[in-house]
Amino acid sequence: MHIEGEVDMFSSPQARQVIMELIRKKTPKIIVELEGVPYMDSSGLAVLIEGLRQCGEYGGSLAVAGVRDNVREVFELTRLDRVFKIYQNVEAALAE
Amino acid sequence: MTKTIELRLISDPALLSAMRTAVANVCEWAGFDQRTTGRIVLALDEACTNIIKHAYKMQNDQRISIICRITPRNLVFILEDDGEPADVKKIKSRPLNEIRPGGLGVYLINSVMDKVRYKAGKVKGNRLYMHIRRPKGSAG
Repeated sequence: MHIEGEVDMFSSPQARQVIMELIRKKTPKIIVELEGVPYMDSSGLAVLIEGLRQCGEYGGSLAVAGVRDNVREVFELTRLDRVFKIYQNVEAALAE
Repeated sequence: MTKTIELRLISDPALLSAMRTAVANVCEWAGFDQRTTGRIVLALDEACTNIIKHAYKMQNDQRISIICRITPRNLVFILEDDGEPADVKKIKSRPLNEIRPGGLGVYLINSVMDKVRYKAGKVKGNRLYMHIRRPKGSAG
């Protein structure tokens, strides 16, 4: 799935809706492309964490790709860079 | 000399983006580089999000005031709301090894700012003070 624009308290419910729909269908591998996301706060992280946990419940996986520097910093500050698989781009994520 | 800028917004999540732009301008004016500006903006975003979520219980028409004080040494933000007073003792960041949604906002605020202090009103309202030291040699 592809997310575009800033992800904050206002916009994160839309991202959540898309991820939860994929989870409802028990999608085995979800790759969240963040190339078009210039900003993300903890509301966005919460959506990704929730997705990761729920994917794990049915044996699926959730990874992120194309993370910009300032969004990567939020992952690093919260040490979520150690929790999520972060790929350079979607192609690299699909190749694995 | 201290310079003060006050930003006022209502507690509508749709306005957070405009708030971030305004705070970024203040930070740049205070001499912070782009990276630190991004981190300060994140801290302010998290603080406003907490006000909307916890003090105003998602009501989107309530007052949030952000006073930005640029002193020769520090950039100080004072956030005021008229919402439900917080139990200051309960404001904590969650341990990072607990992988669950939520609870990261306070952690992010604390990791970005040099000093953070919460003050809850007796009947209503909260005040949050956040200080960050300005880069050496900043003008203004």
